[in-house]
Amino acid sequence: MSNEMTLDKAQTSETEVSAVRAAPKKRSQWAEVWHRLKRDKMALCGLAILTVVVFAAVFADFIADYETVVIAQNLGDRLQGPSAQYWLGTDEFGRDIFARMIHGSRVSLLVGVLSVSISIVLGGSLGAVAGYYGGKLDNVIMRVMDVFLAVPSILLAIAIVSALGANLINLMFAISISSIPSYARVVRASVLSIRDQEFIEAARAIGASDFRIILRHIIPNSLAPVIVQGALGVAGAILATAGLSFIGLGIQPPEPEWGAMLAGGRQYLRHAWHVTTFPGLAIMITILALNLLGDGLRDALDPRLKH
Amino acid sequence: MNKTHDTDNLLTVEDLNIVYEADGEVTKAVSGLSLSLKKGETLGLIGETGAGKTTTALGLMRLVPNPPGRVVSGKVMYEGQDLMQATEDEMRGIRGNKISMIFQDPMTSLNPVMTVGDQISEVIMIHQDVTKAESVEKSKEMLELVGIPGARAGDFPHQFSGGMKQRVVIAIALACNPNLLIADEPTTALDVTIQAQVLDLMKELKDKYNTAMIMITHDLGVVAQVCDKVAIMYAGEIVESGAIRDVYENTQHPYTKGLFGSIPNLDSDEDRLNPIKGLMPDPTNLPSGCRFHPRCPDATAICAKVKPEPVITESGHMSRCLNSLPAALDERQDDVQELKMVAGA
Amino acid sequence: MHKFIFKRLILLVPVLLGVSLLVFAIMSFTPGDPAQLILGENAPAPAVEALREEMGLNDPFIMRYANFVGNAVTGDMGRSYTTGREVATEIFDRFPNTLILAALGTIIAIVIGVPVGILSATRQYSWIDSSSMIMALLGVSMPNFWLGLMLILVFSVTLGWLPSGGFMGWSSLILPALTLGTGSAAIITRMTRSSMLEVIRQDYIRTARAKGVAENVVINKHALKNALIPVITVVGLQFGYLLGGAVLTETVYSWPGVGRMMVDAIRQKDSPTVLATVVFLATTFSLVNLSVDILYGFVDPRIKSQYA
Repeated sequence: MSNEMTLDKAQTSETEVSAVRAAPKKRSQWAEVWHRLKRDKMALCGLAILTVVVFAAVFADFIADYETVVIAQNLGDRLQGPSAQYWLGTDEFGRDIFARMIHGSRVSLLVGVLSVSISIVLGGSLGAVAGYYGGKLDNVIMRVMDVFLAVPSILLAIAIVSALGANLINLMFAISISSIPSYARVVRASVLSIRDQEFIEAARAIGASDFRIILRHIIPNSLAPVIVQGALGVAGAILATAGLSFIGLGIQPPEPEWGAMLAGGRQYLRHAWHVTTFPGLAIMITILALNLLGDGLRDALDPRLKH
Repeated sequence: MNKTHDTDNLLTVEDLNIVYEADGEVTKAVSGLSLSLKKGETLGLIGETGAGKTTTALGLMRLVPNPPGRVVSGKVMYEGQDLMQATEDEMRGIRGNKISMIFQDPMTSLNPVMTVGDQISEVIMIHQDVTKAESVEKSKEMLELVGIPGARAGDFPHQFSGGMKQRVVIAIALACNPNLLIADEPTTALDVTIQAQVLDLMKELKDKYNTAMIMITHDLGVVAQVCDKVAIMYAGEIVESGAIRDVYENTQHPYTKGLFGSIPNLDSDEDRLNPIKGLMPDPTNLPSGCRFHPRCPDATAICAKVKPEPVITESGHMSRCLNSLPAALDERQDDVQELKMVAGA
Repeated sequence: MHKFIFKRLILLVPVLLGVSLLVFAIMSFTPGDPAQLILGENAPAPAVEALREEMGLNDPFIMRYANFVGNAVTGDMGRSYTTGREVATEIFDRFPNTLILAALGTIIAIVIGVPVGILSATRQYSWIDSSSMIMALLGVSMPNFWLGLMLILVFSVTLGWLPSGGFMGWSSLILPALTLGTGSAAIITRMTRSSMLEVIRQDYIRTARAKGVAENVVINKHALKNALIPVITVVGLQFGYLLGGAVLTETVYSWPGVGRMMVDAIRQKDSPTVLATVVFLATTFSLVNLSVDILYGFVDPRIKSQYA
């Protein structure tokens, strides 16, 4: 049988159906992603919720004054149920829960975004270096990452904060340290998948330095999985912040933080359900929004994986 | 179109239409497809990737993934029964038993967590009234038949090479002695040397059991080697079909001519190949009139407006081209030279 | 297969050494002098110094770490500063409580997650699919300590059906196990669904259909066995997390487990106990992961034959 008689050898790996679907459309990559994301109702819903939360955090001071409403105790009004004056009731010190929740979003978002940024930068660099250079360096870095991964992240964060002391900086540090390995893995995997592609070799052939290749070619091309991981990572960080604060290892009173707030209401569960219920709802809704957005981004960035 | 049902036809397909619907876009994967096959006969179904060959095969088996795929209309008469009207239970009794299918990629078409023996005996257990032990015995015989030691029945697919896997797939397909075998590019994913072996095996077994076969391929050489009849698909339609000799030696449709022109010929002293210009049309946005006209070297203004109907000669040679029309209208002009002249005009 | 298990066990040693070093290093930052803590604030300086010497606190870091590992291997994890008890004994007393909770939580998660995931995948885009996906999303978004409190609010405080904490017979297990199981159930549902969706579009599923295999057999035999391979990993990981990370749930329910023990120790600045519990939980987590790897080898013939 003569192989030369085959008509389209080059395309044989593609199934007919997928070839049919791959309609060529000219649009920039990010416009295309946004276009797909726009059609995902769940993701848009997440984005909308998140926008509200961000607005609440940014304009918290306009909604409620920190010193007089959020911090100041008002023991006469303690543990009041929801009312026209206190929309979501008051806590054990008579403070307005709604106002504290609004201000609490600041800590959650701050820790969430900052700690994820730190771990993306650190984990991403480690992963990029490991994947790009391979060999011994790769081995050493990834074995160290394995050790970090062998400790459940919440446990690692608890250990770090308990040793260094409970404050905002240590909290952020602990949360970012414990999620570095997952970013290192994600970036390394995508670097490995593009390291030997032709455009990288072309860049090398025209004499680009390793640093330049990593910065200009490898990192932009491994951005998609990092963005998805990052969105879900912010959710994880907010959850971890709340969890650590819940056991007294996070934000210290009187500063408002969702986890600490519901921990404070724990002993009044019998008489004042709202003290624990509402801050928890705030956490859940924020995390839900981030998960929706994360799922949507994953589908939009890699439509082949869409289910 | 040949409306009469030949009683000796094993399979008659009439006006089969299959679409894929996704994100509000309708892809016409198969349009107005008709073909027929007698017992023991082999039909080659040729076309580029994306022409709708695999969809046609899945359509005959009623296995088009739904969603997104949907058989819009059509009749598939098999041994006097319209498969499109059959119940799902009836179809299950037919699949793997009376009609079998061999898929393109042997690397992925076997279940990785089942032994090959189990995968063969399963089809026997489903369709034949045998005990488990008998089916195991039969599956070993099937392995031997395709040239694999029966002792390897307990091995898993990953322990076999690509060619060996395709032999296993063939064993599964032939285990219940079907009357019709649909082979979807059975050799494309294999090495050239293995391709020949697998093809020889299929030909041998097919002749031995007098199995009719639809051989889907984009390899004109394979067709010439194995098939009695050939049908050429372009953008979801059969554009030309007929006996191998008629189509190869008296090519009617410009697309078919293009296909032959893109094959190097050792006998001619042309310096370069003549590939067909342009690309397959976007199936969500097919051209008006003749679907091939944007790429056709013989296209005239009318080709963009009028949709050509199939034109069939007495010997059963069909072509879907406006340029073939005058010849067929004049029934006296069956003459090959005349046809060629008209088609070439 | 033995070679496979052996190789995995060998690989575990450096990981465990690394984990203990990591935790030991972190804990060495803990402020305060343990000797002073034990003897009280008013203890005379020479006595504190003597105790420091005796406890080996003046040794260099590496020596202290080596001592810790040497002792830990023989089952000596030190003594609690607050109770004076052997930490190892305390851990082994409490570990069954943590184990039973994690096991129950995992069982709940599997019993809910796998069938719902399969149902969702086989009826993709149906109302069953969308509603179970929304439930799963809520499940992964809910902080489990909050869920725990809400369950207490409904079932203990309001309805009075179940105890709100501590250990008072088997009924005490229900709420904590549900709390732990919910998040995992959601994760397993999502994983099962996407794995199943991935598998049912594979060529070998089409082959099975082309053989005339009935649809329920296609799903339950051909697809499920393949789809469950990645799910097993997730189940194992979840079990590991429930063992090692049930800290918050144990706190909510005042559950006498290892996680609660750790939180109490942190509050009391009882660093030997903190160190020992973290190392212990991390080790357990790694061992569970190892078991999952080995199990994986049994389920997936491709991995098994690699090491045969």
